[in-house]
Amino acid sequence: MVEIIKEKVDSIEFRVLSPKIIKAMSSTKIITPELYDADGYPVEGGLMNLRMGVIEPGLRCRTCGGKVHDCVGHFGYIELARPVVHIYYVNFIYDALRCTCAKCGRILLDDKSLERYKLKMKVMSKQRGKFEQWDVSHEVISKAKTISVCPHCNEKKIKLKLKKPSSFYEDKVRLTPIDVRERLERIPDEDVELLGMDPVGGRPEWMVLTLLPIPSTTVRPSITLESGQKSEDDLTHKLSDIVRTNQRLYENLNAGAPEIIIEDLWDLLQYHVTTYFSNNVSQIPPARHRSGRPLKTLAERIKSKEGRFRKNLAGKRVNFSARSVISPDPNIGINEVGIPEIMASKLTIPERVTSWNIDWLKEFIKSYPKYPCALYVFTPEGFRKKVTEETKEVLLQELAIGYSVERTIQNGDIVLFNRQPSLHKMSIMVHHVKVLPYKTFRLNLTVTDPYNADFDGDDMNLHVPQTEEARAEAEELMDVTTQIISPRLGTPIVGCKQDHISGLFSLTGKDSKFNREEAFQLLSRAGVYDSNLKFDKEGMAEGKEIFSQILPKDLFYVGKSGTCKKCATCKKEECTTDSYVKVDKGQLLSGVIDDKSVGARKGLLLNDIAKKYTPKEVSTYLQRMALLGIATLDIRGFTVLSSDNDLPEETVKEIKNVISKSLSSVNTVIKNYEDGELVSLPGRTLRETLEQKIIMLLNQSRNQVGSLVLSNETKETGSSIMTKSGAKGNLLNLAQMAGCVGQQVLRGFRITRGYNDRPTPHFKKGDLGAAAHGFIRHGYKGGLTPSEFFFHAITSRDATMDTSMRTPKSGYFQRRMINAFQDFRIDMDSSVRASDGHLIQFAYGEDGIDVSKSDAGSIDVERLVREVAES
Amino acid sequence: MAEEEKKENVESNAEVKEEEPTIDILSHSYVPKFEILPQEEVEKILKELKVDRLHLPKILMTDPVVKLLNAKVNDLLKITRKSYTAGTSIFYRVVVNV
Repeated sequence: MVEIIKEKVDSIEFRVLSPKIIKAMSSTKIITPELYDADGYPVEGGLMNLRMGVIEPGLRCRTCGGKVHDCVGHFGYIELARPVVHIYYVNFIYDALRCTCAKCGRILLDDKSLERYKLKMKVMSKQRGKFEQWDVSHEVISKAKTISVCPHCNEKKIKLKLKKPSSFYEDKVRLTPIDVRERLERIPDEDVELLGMDPVGGRPEWMVLTLLPIPSTTVRPSITLESGQKSEDDLTHKLSDIVRTNQRLYENLNAGAPEIIIEDLWDLLQYHVTTYFSNNVSQIPPARHRSGRPLKTLAERIKSKEGRFRKNLAGKRVNFSARSVISPDPNIGINEVGIPEIMASKLTIPERVTSWNIDWLKEFIKSYPKYPCALYVFTPEGFRKKVTEETKEVLLQELAIGYSVERTIQNGDIVLFNRQPSLHKMSIMVHHVKVLPYKTFRLNLTVTDPYNADFDGDDMNLHVPQTEEARAEAEELMDVTTQIISPRLGTPIVGCKQDHISGLFSLTGKDSKFNREEAFQLLSRAGVYDSNLKFDKEGMAEGKEIFSQILPKDLFYVGKSGTCKKCATCKKEECTTDSYVKVDKGQLLSGVIDDKSVGARKGLLLNDIAKKYTPKEVSTYLQRMALLGIATLDIRGFTVLSSDNDLPEETVKEIKNVISKSLSSVNTVIKNYEDGELVSLPGRTLRETLEQKIIMLLNQSRNQVGSLVLSNETKETGSSIMTKSGAKGNLLNLAQMAGCVGQQVLRGFRITRGYNDRPTPHFKKGDLGAAAHGFIRHGYKGGLTPSEFFFHAITSRDATMDTSMRTPKSGYFQRRMINAFQDFRIDMDSSVRASDGHLIQFAYGEDGIDVSKSDAGSIDVERLVREVAES
Repeated sequence: MAEEEKKENVESNAEVKEEEPTIDILSHSYVPKFEILPQEEVEKILKELKVDRLHLPKILMTDPVVKLLNAKVNDLLKITRKSYTAGTSIFYRVVVNV
């Protein structure tokens, strides 16, 4: 059985294995490269020999007698015919050889300084620690390296060179690993200590291997393929290479073969041992499999992303999960997820059989191959039985209380839905299953924000919780409806998006009216069937009236829409732009609904609803808003045309005039500068003043173009609805399309780089004018000149590079911050404390406010007063 | 060994003296208001927060502000800072030796 050791680890120290220990910890000596004999039985003295642990069930270990899982395996060893340098110790060996005498083995420093360093080391190890102690060793090594005559025996040091990766040359003579080992052996124990090693725990000569420990077969199990053929692990392949070369070297040594052959074989052995430790040492070609794939040897097993830590220990694979492309479905609930039937028929939930559900569960077994069905049955003893056409009847007979049935997921089941990168708690939320045709996951558009998802090919993952506890906890804590308010923003992160906002905006606009038929059509689309709509004399219902039907009956709200002009004194209900949004007792009295009321992240009306009502109610109100918006667009029609941004001829002329005017004023400023008449601003040079003035003038002109474009927007077009409602796009986008793109800015300045004194050869040297430094006077629709296009490409490229370099960097920074902060908590007195009791902040966020319970980070006192006064 | 350390100490002291600020840093707009908390209030605060000095944020003895205030080790400094979220916020730091 597995022995559990209950001992607290105080410290761990890594040392070099001595040949003695290697021999002592081994159970067998490997002498032959063959793995199996003709019968397929492991060869005695081979690499798969049965003394090194069992991997086949039924067999027993020849060393400890244990069965497959009892025996953890035992080391073996190879006696190398000639010693070989350990590749990971080459640098240390190089240092040790250079700072010791080749003849007497002492460190090349006089006794007095050696004594001093010894004392320093003692003090360091006592007062500080290992690392500081090693700092002394580094000092010793770097000092001794430079000395060329041994102070102890007056021997002259010959310059030693390391020829990468692992051979040493003294002048042109090569030192064999035997020579190296001999020299290291000569270093006396006290000097070894000064080099940072422990003479008992790790002598430097042990870094030149004479014995090689062989890991047990359990570390490198062979796989039997379906064809009956055995496939060996990469490590076994490498080890058999080592044993084979070693054997050949032995034979040649015994036969007294010429020096060259011996040396070649020795180098080959060195190569194999080196690649056994690490298969990507520079200057060494990686050892390859027969197929050409590089072998995965010891270091590669552990190192980097594909290694043991990051691949197997920090990250694991799971069952009961699915992944697919996502696509939108505005008609499913905000806390639902559409699951393709193929997936639903394979994902299961274990259900315990009780007297209440036995008949219900039997139906699942009965319907077996057809979708809602059971895939496995578990007996009370824990045996798993697969449901098949053949076993169906038997299982139906057998099924009794105490059994459990793994049934496929169906509508209403709880699943976790996730999109990477998971930077939020809202990146994994609970959704309710809705089985749908086709092969993509479907999700409601209002939850794209928390996942940061779009539908240009994004994939998402889905997990099925397997126990009642997990499901209950997940639904309570992670359901989409409980996550509507973001704890970062303090406002809803689940909210209306593009079309919903455009739709609600045109629905609640000033003269928006619908006839009886349309009005009820809209409401039924939104899921409202019992309304008390008021119609006017002509039998028309106002859009605001229709919107009011989906609001809670006791809602009170005052806010402003994005169309607000920010007048000095607000005219409130009499606002000319209909920007004063007022809801009283669930009636929208004035104001147009836009993203500032219902949009994700900034919708304050939605925020008030989310704070006041239960999660379930909030989700239905939100769902109704979204559906009503879409339904409005369905009735009204919504389209974006290129001609939306067309301007009448006079406006085009005006824009031209504005730009020409500002260009000429730029020219006069430049002339002033050249004539020396320009007065510099405080703290600026003359040149800087000029740049500032030019940029100011050009920006002014673009702003004027913007207001010209805006003043022209008299009729309601798709583009204007989108920009006004905040659904998508802004005034700048419109101005850049219809009017003028404006000045291109590179790192905060006009574009100056390129040729000498000019960006491109199309301009005169030293031209300071607007056009020569990246001002684009045309709009996207009108078309850019070649020079303008080039300037635009400069800034575009800079922006693209900037985002593609910054995103991974800032992501990693964020990750590090999260890891550093992960076990801070907010105490009952609202102070932030670390897990060890350290006080981090005396009041969370300095004001002690829980953002998720606030209104966008602060407390809306006015509203609180009003609510108290009302109640 | 011991001599060396002494030498180093003398040197470092000399450096510190040179670095002593020549302007009144306490009145600089970026430096928040520092006060040494009176002893009786220290006890009150520690009791209120239910911590000992070990768990409070530290400030080094060698900090220019600490030197100017003439604070001793284990003194509590009350810092009143301007805060983006709360207007003003209060922070405490314990003076510690290097």
